[in-house]
Amino acid sequence: MADDTHLDHRPSSEPPIYAPKASAAMIEAQEPAGRWRRAWDSDIAYSFRRSPVAVVSAVITLIFFIGALFAPWLAPQNPFDPASLNLMNGFTPPMTDNAFTGEQFLLGTDNQGRDILSTILYGSRISLLVGFASVIFALILGTVLGLLAGYLGGWLDSVIMRIADVQLSFPAILIALLIFGVARAMLPRDMQNDVAIYVLIVAIGLSNWVQYARTVRGTTMVEKNKEYVHAARLIGLHPFKIMVRHVLPNVTGPVLVIATIGLALAIITEATLSFLGVGVPPTQPSLGTMIQVGQDYLFSGEWWITFFPGLALVLLALSVNLLGDWLRDALNPKLR
Amino acid sequence: MAAFVIRRLIQSVLVMLVVAFVAFSLFNFVGDPINNMVGQETSLAEREEMRQDLGLDDPFPVQFARFVGNAVQFNFGLSFRRQAPVAEVIGERLPATLELAAVSAVFALVFGLALGVYTALRRDGWLAQAIMAGSLVGVSLPTFLIGIILIWIFAVELGWLPSFGRGEVVYIGWWSTGLLTVDGLKALVLPAITLGLFQLTLIMRLVRAEMLEVLRTDYIKFARARGLTNRVINFGHALKNTMVPVLTITGLQLGSLIAFAIITETVFQWPGIGLLFIQSIQFVDIPVMSAYLVMISLFFVVINLVVDLLYYVVDPRLRVERAAHG
Repeated sequence: MADDTHLDHRPSSEPPIYAPKASAAMIEAQEPAGRWRRAWDSDIAYSFRRSPVAVVSAVITLIFFIGALFAPWLAPQNPFDPASLNLMNGFTPPMTDNAFTGEQFLLGTDNQGRDILSTILYGSRISLLVGFASVIFALILGTVLGLLAGYLGGWLDSVIMRIADVQLSFPAILIALLIFGVARAMLPRDMQNDVAIYVLIVAIGLSNWVQYARTVRGTTMVEKNKEYVHAARLIGLHPFKIMVRHVLPNVTGPVLVIATIGLALAIITEATLSFLGVGVPPTQPSLGTMIQVGQDYLFSGEWWITFFPGLALVLLALSVNLLGDWLRDALNPKLR
Repeated sequence: MAAFVIRRLIQSVLVMLVVAFVAFSLFNFVGDPINNMVGQETSLAEREEMRQDLGLDDPFPVQFARFVGNAVQFNFGLSFRRQAPVAEVIGERLPATLELAAVSAVFALVFGLALGVYTALRRDGWLAQAIMAGSLVGVSLPTFLIGIILIWIFAVELGWLPSFGRGEVVYIGWWSTGLLTVDGLKALVLPAITLGLFQLTLIMRLVRAEMLEVLRTDYIKFARARGLTNRVINFGHALKNTMVPVLTITGLQLGSLIAFAIITETVFQWPGIGLLFIQSIQFVDIPVMSAYLVMISLFFVVINLVVDLLYYVVDPRLRVERAAHG
């Protein structure tokens, strides 16, 4: 991004552009750090550093990512390995000694004696996996359909956009529920648990493609009338090559913003479906499943079983959401 | 006008046909309906006979036409799980959901309007700022978590309100209502707040934005110059002009209320159609699933149609534009 208007904000330590010729040695010394330096000085990074909300939510998101990715090494126990569990540890409140075993757990344990911290780490693994996969699915589907509709136009455009309009008049959660219900009904019973997670990914993905398709179509219709596309057409490039090589790179900005906010939405949708008991199978509990399990014990005073997974879910969704908001503002040329 | 209405009507009918097709396919692609009805000892010949009696060997378009004919009369056969007509099963659950949705719509509208007007008029006050910040957090909380938090505070810790069910209901004909007993009203409070909270924040933000917009216009300045009281200006002039978009959004959100009732009803074990739908998914009860699908789609299509037509009536610009385009 060669944008001179921001030069005044940049740290003064940066050499001015009109600086006298640097010696060869200086250039060589700068070279390895060059790329990082440029990334650090870019407009996006600058606006990121200036926004405390963005930094804090990025840190929280990063903690979740690392926790989910390295859950097997970070978690005090493997909550899904029955051998590592002790039923006597069940219902231990946070930071207290268990009455029978004397063991202590930072966030307490659930009904089966599973350490809540470990289940949160493993649970966010499932939540993030489903969230990412469904966003990627929706993103690819929506971008492809939006590109085709916007670039080719005609009846294909009408059909795709009509479907999008109809789908948009229903709430996404309802669409996801329906797709999941249909798939569940069509699959043989013994396969249901094995493929549930993939069905869930497809269901959430299919319920969210419209946003991408609409945005990509709009941008494509603007881009296709620009001179560089005309030029590409004149030299006889295939329409698909023009779409992928020339138009696609120019629609990635808005798509990235939708994808970030879409990730928060997908995580919440997954948690909701799992809470309703139609999401991930009980053998692979996500944050939503744990909240549902804990809800039953709320009445007998074991609040921590549902409270900490709920807190984790809200923290994760909120910080990804805020990150998306920031990205939208940072990429919006009107707000610069 | 007539051309627009007809085109919108055709569009709605097409959508309903597509929905009906999906609902119909559920029956056909999900196993063999005969297998679902008979026991294992039924012979092949008997099965064949049954198939012919029920018209299951007819060509596809004939079967689909029959399904649509039945669906129009809301005849979806027997629920697999309850062995009772689907219309009956849904009929006894429908009042619960409609009452819940209506009460939360009123709750959202009343509080949304009040808070929206307040935050617009006292834009810089600390309470208005706090309300706006709170609404941001409220939006990021998933519905089911709000329900659980409310149960935890008001049912478990304080013990003021019941945490599940409808309480005591009174029957007026076939309609069961919880609005006439204290018990029923108490049971309604938490679910209605849970369901309405999201719409409340939506309406509040909309009213606030619209109010701020209107208060900047010239006619408000003129009204002030004429020496009208603040109350007349704020409520007689400004609020009145924000009502059109607010009512539109509220109307469109009615459909979402019914859809999100699925979540609220599961949290509070509220015996409505949302809970029925979740159970039908868990037990693969196809007739109930497809009936719910058709019913809720009809609801959405009708709401969208009415809103579109009302827009057309209210907003003269739409008419002019369409006339210009031919």
